[in-house]
Amino acid sequence: MTLLENPPEAPAPEAPDRPARANWFRMLLADPAAFVSALILLLVAFVAVFGRQLAGDSAIKGDLSLSRLAPFSLDHGWQYVLGGDLLGRSLLGRLMVATQTTMSVVVPVVLISLVIGASVGMWAGYHRGRRETVAMRIADVILSFPSLLMAVVVLYIFSPSIASIIAILAITRIPVYLRTARAESAELQTRLFVDAARTFGTPSGAIIRRHIFPIVLPTLLTVATVDFCYVMLAESSLSFLGIGVQPPDVSWGLMVAQGRDQLRTQWWLSVLPGLAIVITTVSANLLASWVRIATDPGQRWRLTVPRRRRRAAGPTVLETT
Amino acid sequence: MTAIGMEVSGLTVELTTPRGTTRAVDGVSFTAHRGRTLALLGESGCGKSMTAQAIVGLLEPIASVTAGSVQVDGEDLLKVSRKRRRQLAGPTLSIVFQDALTALNPVLKVGTQLAEPYRIHQRMPAKRARAKAIELMRHVGIPEPESRVDSYPHQFSGGMRQRLLIAMAVALSPKVLIADEPTTALDVTVQAQILALLAQLRKEHDMAVVLITHDLAVVAEEADTVAVMYSGRIVETGPVDEVFEDPRHPYTRGLLDSVPVETERGADLSSIPGAPPDLFAIPPGCPYQARCPLVQDVCRAERPALETRAGRAVACHLAEGTAQ
Amino acid sequence: MLTFLRRRVLTSLLPLLAVVLGVFVLARLTGNPTALYLPENATAQAREQFSAANGFDKPIWSQLLDYLSGVVRLDFGTSLRTGESAAVMALRAFPATLQLAAVTMLLACLVGTAVGCWAALRPNGLADRVSSLLSMTAASVPDFWLAILGIWVFAIMLGVLPTSGVDAGGLSWVLPIAVLMLRPAGVLTQVVRGAMISALGSPYVKVARSKGAGERRVVARHALKNAAPPALTVAGDLAVGLINGAVVVESIFGWPGIGKLLIDAILQRDFAVLQAAVAITAISIFVLNIAIDIGYALLDARVRQKVGAAA
Repeated sequence: MTLLENPPEAPAPEAPDRPARANWFRMLLADPAAFVSALILLLVAFVAVFGRQLAGDSAIKGDLSLSRLAPFSLDHGWQYVLGGDLLGRSLLGRLMVATQTTMSVVVPVVLISLVIGASVGMWAGYHRGRRETVAMRIADVILSFPSLLMAVVVLYIFSPSIASIIAILAITRIPVYLRTARAESAELQTRLFVDAARTFGTPSGAIIRRHIFPIVLPTLLTVATVDFCYVMLAESSLSFLGIGVQPPDVSWGLMVAQGRDQLRTQWWLSVLPGLAIVITTVSANLLASWVRIATDPGQRWRLTVPRRRRRAAGPTVLETT
Repeated sequence: MTAIGMEVSGLTVELTTPRGTTRAVDGVSFTAHRGRTLALLGESGCGKSMTAQAIVGLLEPIASVTAGSVQVDGEDLLKVSRKRRRQLAGPTLSIVFQDALTALNPVLKVGTQLAEPYRIHQRMPAKRARAKAIELMRHVGIPEPESRVDSYPHQFSGGMRQRLLIAMAVALSPKVLIADEPTTALDVTVQAQILALLAQLRKEHDMAVVLITHDLAVVAEEADTVAVMYSGRIVETGPVDEVFEDPRHPYTRGLLDSVPVETERGADLSSIPGAPPDLFAIPPGCPYQARCPLVQDVCRAERPALETRAGRAVACHLAEGTAQ
Repeated sequence: MLTFLRRRVLTSLLPLLAVVLGVFVLARLTGNPTALYLPENATAQAREQFSAANGFDKPIWSQLLDYLSGVVRLDFGTSLRTGESAAVMALRAFPATLQLAAVTMLLACLVGTAVGCWAALRPNGLADRVSSLLSMTAASVPDFWLAILGIWVFAIMLGVLPTSGVDAGGLSWVLPIAVLMLRPAGVLTQVVRGAMISALGSPYVKVARSKGAGERRVVARHALKNAAPPALTVAGDLAVGLINGAVVVESIFGWPGIGKLLIDAILQRDFAVLQAAVAITAISIFVLNIAIDIGYALLDARVRQKVGAAA
């Protein structure tokens, strides 16, 4: 009696679902901010791996004649371009060494919490029922407490070492991935293709691996990029407060703390390491928002349209983040 | 002839999207008379709801009116200031939306929402507006209005929510009421009740009702005049009885043929093949050409204009031929 | 309502218990908790004495009973530094943190609502830009560095604000609050903006406009009231997270609150004080969570009804 209410939607021709690798690169180029961020993060990664060798002695052995050297001068070699500290060690060299320490905490934390959180989350979301309730309850309990409060207690009882910092930070971040993975997997397990796989007798582990994991992965990666910043800030805070990375090791947060007493005379000792943190986290955040758009088929067009046209079409975009 | 409630002419709405600019409503004209119902009939996506939104000034930001006029009481709604438009919204022109669940504010008591027209336009004190709200609720057939006035929308059934929405729209007895698919979300029995309520209110307030629907049965039952829309344009219009008796546009004919008829029980139900054209790729010529059984060369080359003959209008090159 | 509250109290009690038990279990995991209380250079004899005096040589379940009854009586032992009751020290520090947190949250809510609403009303406008800058900063800039930057610029270079302490009256509040506010204000702005955009695009707002409601009425009565519940939930989480910021900000600015007490306790190895501070914080988070649930139920009729149906 009624007309056809929902005619089949014509697929949008220029939005292919799985862009090829070259396409990804073009989309990265289309967003200059994300492109620069990616370059900065690559540089940070490079320094994290090779920084100690590059910095050489200047980071460890001080030259007292260069004590309190002001930054932004190349008179004493590139190592001293950012000035020197009280003991005449090069600030740039120490920053490079610190990059390694910071990353050796942050990267394992993100990886460990991602793997554990995602596995448990997908498992809980797929099976629902009591397993889900228990997993979520534990996640809630962990999340309902300020991470720093837990870290303080644990790091008091087990003296602060890189391993204990990684352990406590990973535990506080697991629930983030767990919740994301659970929500998506709980939704997916009601879908027809999962039902179909189940009908064929596919074991649940294989269904999760083959059907659920690939769909949840983009979301998890976005969360991980944002979380990378969070973990870096948490590590820096702990180190700054004196309960994180301990001397003679050095991390960015610790450098800010160590330079604090010289703020009146040598502002750069505190300000520049903090700036390193900010530049890295801003880059990761910008890249994360790019990833979010690039992995969302509904928004991807924004990265395929040249800048000027995008602005012309600007007001039409209904922002609903 | 009854008084004219609203006269829409040449209304054109353009959409600006990432895929380009397109006309979702293209030169739509119609006249709604006081005390009568005009039905705007069409498939989803034909632009009928967009027409309604353009008339009441509630288009989404991606859509904008680029031409046309909407005359109510000697004023062009599309030209008046925002302030004047707000003054007219309610006492002059009102709209009933499709989905009553989302159209009622979930966190405000229904009494508060029903009282709003009085509070806004008549600056009525809260107590009196509340009494008016109770009166309205009783009038549209909500049982025990005194106790339900302080309830929230989710505590009402779908049909009751639609009644509330209609009550709100007719609170200030507007001259024109637009009903955008008011019964689509409802059960058939409730549908009939809601349509009866609309008809009753139309007579009481002498409103011009523009009923937007995709349901041929509703049109046959409720409307005096029908305007059939296809791909953003009105393709045929006229008195309901005449149009349904003797459709002149192949699209209208196709629609009517797809209605099951008791005498043809057992026969295959016909339907219109294909789908309406993509809004971004409307071909030159008649928009219906791809689905039209009578298509000829002229249809592919030239866009047919809406031509009026003896109270009826049709936009088809072959209209005279099909009329026989 | 009461059933609802009772259930919420029980679920919120779970984290509280987890913290209280967690501290006990972790302390026992190290072997002998005596080491946690005493300085590292304490003699073996002193250790034994302390262990016996505190019952650490008793069986584990008896230790647990002692510990729990201590927690219930808010008795965490005495501070190693001052010899004072640890609970008294924590309770004395608590109001300073509470004041700081309350003012910060209040300002953050005001800023978040104002900028968020404004940004939602004018997409791509100035406020929209401010709001994305604010949330970007909140997610990227470490609070301790911002604090140091603030001290450097406003205390050292310009000399208009004190570097630390609470002696300078109103001025001493400026930097701590500015730093502490950044995160909640940034997050709330984004949440309010998002919630307002979806509320403003919803059919009930169209209906309100079709009734001739002016912009102010639409925003204040219709949209904001719908945007409030999600914002409140986030504000609650942010208030809990404020503890993180308070620890940093208080220790940098020498603010005599629970956060500074925590850090001092850990740096001076004062386990009794640490326990007391953690417990007080956990209890206040518990109370806060209950308060948020009540607020949520008061704001949203649908929650209230679900509550009524459950009762």
